[in-house]
Amino acid sequence: MTQLTLLTAKDISKRFGGVQALGDVSFTINHGEIYGLIGPNGAGKTSLFNVLTGIYVPDGGSFTFDGEPLDRLKPNDVAERGIARTFQNIRLFQNLSALENVMIGRHVRSKAGVFGAILRDKNTLAEEAAIEKRSYELLEYVGVAKRANDLAKHLAYGDQRRLEIARALATEPKLLALDEPAAGMNATETQALKRLLEDIRRDGMTILLIEHDMKLVMSVCDRVLVLDYGRKIAEGTAAEVQNDPKVIAAYLGGEVSLNLKGA
Amino acid sequence: MSNAQARDQTVTAHGRSKSIPPRVWAGVVLIAVALAVLPFAAALIGQAWVRILNFAMIYVMLALGLNIVVGFAGLLDLGYIAFYAVGAYMYALLASPHFNIHLPFWVILPMGAGLACIFGVLLGAPTLKLRGDYLAIVTLGFGEIIRIFLNNLNAPVNVTNGPQGINLIDPFRIDGFALSKAGPVLGIPFSGPQKYYYVLLLLTIIVIVINLRLQDSRLGRAWEAIREDEIAAKAMGINTRNVKLLAFAMGASFGGIAGGIFSATQEFVSPESFGLFESIIVLAMVVLGGMGNIPGVILGAVMLTLLPEVLRYTMEPLQYALFGRVWIDAETIRLLVFGLALVAIMLLRPAGLWPSAVRKRELEVARAPEGAE
Repeated sequence: MTQLTLLTAKDISKRFGGVQALGDVSFTINHGEIYGLIGPNGAGKTSLFNVLTGIYVPDGGSFTFDGEPLDRLKPNDVAERGIARTFQNIRLFQNLSALENVMIGRHVRSKAGVFGAILRDKNTLAEEAAIEKRSYELLEYVGVAKRANDLAKHLAYGDQRRLEIARALATEPKLLALDEPAAGMNATETQALKRLLEDIRRDGMTILLIEHDMKLVMSVCDRVLVLDYGRKIAEGTAAEVQNDPKVIAAYLGGEVSLNLKGA
Repeated sequence: MSNAQARDQTVTAHGRSKSIPPRVWAGVVLIAVALAVLPFAAALIGQAWVRILNFAMIYVMLALGLNIVVGFAGLLDLGYIAFYAVGAYMYALLASPHFNIHLPFWVILPMGAGLACIFGVLLGAPTLKLRGDYLAIVTLGFGEIIRIFLNNLNAPVNVTNGPQGINLIDPFRIDGFALSKAGPVLGIPFSGPQKYYYVLLLLTIIVIVINLRLQDSRLGRAWEAIREDEIAAKAMGINTRNVKLLAFAMGASFGGIAGGIFSATQEFVSPESFGLFESIIVLAMVVLGGMGNIPGVILGAVMLTLLPEVLRYTMEPLQYALFGRVWIDAETIRLLVFGLALVAIMLLRPAGLWPSAVRKRELEVARAPEGAE
């Protein structure tokens, strides 16, 4: 039933005007791994996320997710198929409580409609109770249950990031895609996040992680994909990638300094 | 505090606790008694006030319908009155000598709601990608289109009777018992408006309950998610197209019902009643009362219906008493005071007269020292 590969990306391209945001990027993500996606600013990491989750339509290439093609789907269909994401700039439902934020994540896995809402029949009530219970459990899981009734916008920054993860988990994803979850966190918060990510993986989730915090990436990721100017420049285990001269050049501007030496 | 305790508290705070405290019961009984005797109390001042109360309830329904679109889903709709017009004309055409069709009200009201619902989808479908100002302009245009249609649909085939409007519309009638006529019920003498009052009260309560239930449901949360962040809502798997269309459709159908009731109580409709000003008044009720908060919207609707009427009846006597003559006629001063009141409320209470409980609780927490981070 469970094959080894969860997601296959083949030759994904995306162009914005004259900028090649993504050029023929291919990779595979296996079940149960934490797959890192790194690269300098503007390398195309978030673009890849947006193409994967249906916010952008790719110019070329295709995704296969869980054995089925994932092309030209709308974001909500992608979520239904089992990819949940967080955003680089936190996008919570600011004026709703933390609990409600997670409950909205359950939307795609529940089905009460207008008549259920108005008539409040047994099934709807049971579904609502289940939604609330599950949402609360998820808040406990990520560690913001104490602030369940506070508006999302009043949560501390780190808690907001965790709440976004809880909301994404509420959609029962097969792949959890996190866009810079540690951005803006201090060392303690990052440590707590690392433990959370490890917990999530231990509970059987596959994670795609964009992150600038190299210490975090190198310590939790099984494999890492490195993008630069929209192209894949390296892929492999954390150790392999770290010592790849192309990666070092991309991060430290190796080629440029070589040119300077030559001149 | 153990997790179980914390959880219990959360569920209660979320508002779905089973046991209702006696104080709440007492309050409910008190309000019920007050609402039951209100038309007789109002009749002591004059039957006109009973009519005004009935109008207030029609506006409560309208404002609650618009609240779904504007307050819950966050879609600024300036043409909402068009659905009111659709419901009103549906009733007028199917229960008047104009086409000599006389269907009973309990057949037409659902039909009016259904037709308004279809119009809601018709307006919603092409505007799915619009937000804010752009949506406001398109909906404003839509409202005007409906009004202009009603105004001009008397030729080549006379459908709406043009600017003259339709009169002699049937009142609500059950088996020859007309709500419009005065007469005793169970030995108590009732005037026409008083009879309507109780029917309207029942309908208003139904509309309120439906709205409360919609808000606290999977669908209500999806609407609020779209209002807060449409991209995040999509990424969480909400089909924003369907959910938005549902908001337009549900909002419009309440407008349609209110329109049908308006037709029946007035026994006359004309396109004049459905201008842009009406749309703006209903929007003002929603915004002033507290967007997205149902009790607030009800308060806003009642206040904005009563305030101009109170001013109408008090401003001329007041001037007479103060200056011995009337300087500004009631109609003018009414709009003036009305406008000033709106500006004052927006300055002093920008979130509305009665903002939602969550927001209030949050403000309190923010003021407490432990909330300061």
